[in-house]
Amino acid sequence: MSTLKHNTGLLLQDPAHDGGASAAGGGTGGAANHPGRRRPRPNNLLTSPGLRRAGGRLLTAVGVVWAAATFTFLIQALLPGDRATLLLNQLAGQVQQRTAAELAPINAKYGFDDPLIAQYFRFLGDLATGNLGVSYQLHKPVTEVIGDQVGPTIGLTFASLLVAWLISAVVIAGTARRSRMVSSVASGLEAVAAGLPQYWLGVILLVVFALNLGWFPVVGGTGLDGLVLPALTLGIPLAGFLGQVTRTEFEKGMDQPFALSARMRGMGDIGVRLRHVLRHSVLPGVTLSGWALGSLFSGAVIAESIFSRPGLGKVLVTAVNSRDLPVVCGIVILIAAIYVLANLLVDIAYTLIDPRLKNS
Amino acid sequence: MSTSTLNTSANVPAVAWQRLREVPLLPAVAAAVVLFFVVAALAPHLLTSRDPFAIDLPNALQAPSLAHPFGTDQSGRDLYTRVVYGTRESLLIGLGATGLSMAIAVVLGVVSGLGGKIFDGLINRSLEVLFAFPVLLLAMLFVTVYGPSVTTQIVAVGLGTAPGYARMIRGQVLAVKNSGYVEAAHALGHSRWTVLRQHVFPNAMRPLVAVVTLGIGQSIVWASGLAFLGLGVAPPSPEWGALLDAGRMFITRAWWLEVMPGLAIVAIALAATVLGHHLQKKLEGARS
Repeated sequence: MSTLKHNTGLLLQDPAHDGGASAAGGGTGGAANHPGRRRPRPNNLLTSPGLRRAGGRLLTAVGVVWAAATFTFLIQALLPGDRATLLLNQLAGQVQQRTAAELAPINAKYGFDDPLIAQYFRFLGDLATGNLGVSYQLHKPVTEVIGDQVGPTIGLTFASLLVAWLISAVVIAGTARRSRMVSSVASGLEAVAAGLPQYWLGVILLVVFALNLGWFPVVGGTGLDGLVLPALTLGIPLAGFLGQVTRTEFEKGMDQPFALSARMRGMGDIGVRLRHVLRHSVLPGVTLSGWALGSLFSGAVIAESIFSRPGLGKVLVTAVNSRDLPVVCGIVILIAAIYVLANLLVDIAYTLIDPRLKNS
Repeated sequence: MSTSTLNTSANVPAVAWQRLREVPLLPAVAAAVVLFFVVAALAPHLLTSRDPFAIDLPNALQAPSLAHPFGTDQSGRDLYTRVVYGTRESLLIGLGATGLSMAIAVVLGVVSGLGGKIFDGLINRSLEVLFAFPVLLLAMLFVTVYGPSVTTQIVAVGLGTAPGYARMIRGQVLAVKNSGYVEAAHALGHSRWTVLRQHVFPNAMRPLVAVVTLGIGQSIVWASGLAFLGLGVAPPSPEWGALLDAGRMFITRAWWLEVMPGLAIVAIALAATVLGHHLQKKLEGARS
């Protein structure tokens, strides 16, 4: 079973996992540092290996965002059909051929006549100064459209991540290495939860807890009570996923000498589980969190649409439906950037959780 | 003598039972679920006697009952019948998306694994970038450009899931390429092509059987997710995602319109997961 989990993990976690693996690889060198003979501190901060590693990762991160932006630019530029025609038809809400006289001002305004390379550099320049273009549909700058709606989505994303971690930590610490029955039921539930489509889970939660029991509002506002069900919708499948990864590690941790030595010092079972083994076993899950944040952001689209929550999701669905490319691309770039940033943070979190890496 | 005949006759069912018990329960149930859906896809009329498009307004929005096990929709159409008839399109979308995704992934993975440093670096970097786009988002970007339709749904999901598989296949190819038996085959003087065809390819692709099984379930989930957002097949079709999309308007009055088609998706996704894991176990057992 453990190998299976490993494989399902492989499918989804790779980039984050790679980051973690390289961090861990760097760590083994640092772990050799003996407190007695500490390595001399480098005089120049710029040459310290830690900083250089951070710099390298930052460069990679910027590179990924740049490539993602280029990708969205190419999609916009190579769109089938004439962009100016598309834009005009969108404004008028009809589909028809446009005359050259009609198209000329649009082409001039958006610079569609310029050579592709010139458009590309203007796009990059705009991006660097935080300008993502103008929405075809709303006639507002994309940054403004996103800025207005991003708050609730960020809240939902982090709440979901927190919920997922809480659920999986509690379930793992409570059920791993218990009787065969308990742990197999729990790991079965994890597999089911990980496979649940978010939209279905969301609908069930809505029907049961909002419509029938009336515990939560049916139309979720931005308040705390409107956050519970959407966060569970995204958090439960993720918890199942994190749980599958963490469980293997937790079971390994229970067999480690440090668990035994804690027991020998007279620590109770709960203490050993929570204070020692859990901390040890969250590492692969932390690596996954970077990936999870990115996918939660896109999952938020579904949750927001089920619970009619305000947020980026609604903007995105409307934009996709009306083929408002600048908005879709802006959101895509934003989420790619968040994904990259989250993975950078995960790298930093790694050294905080695993002190062995501090000296690398 | 009479006792011996008695014994054998008593043993036949016992042996059969023993054989049956050796089949693990969970994969057996999963296989039955898959079989049900395969029948539904190939010959839906065997599983229901109704017409998925027959409108029966007096019976609109009926809760699940014996006559309508999944209830009825706003036009009185039997939901169970619609789910059964929707199976074909949903499965085809899942199969198509997985097939496309695998085709892309095999090409990228194999070229990356065998093509030397430059190709490997290039493909690996591009995959890294594609990973920054969540599957659903990549799919939505694609739908924006080409507009919602079955084809877009298949291509969108296929493209969205390909990077993950590509990276896995690359790992497999690299592992196999550096293994002892490939080295031995080279040492024996087999040509590069023969080694690739006879050793690298079959061994690198074997674990994919399980992954494809898992992937079909996942693709159906993603594709219906798109349809659920109104970005897939349009509602009159009984495709599962379209059923979900159509039912959303009635969620406060008719929960079954959302829950029941979702149940079909969950059932096939879970069955695919269980079967995939089972296959994985079997394949690993065969290798060791």
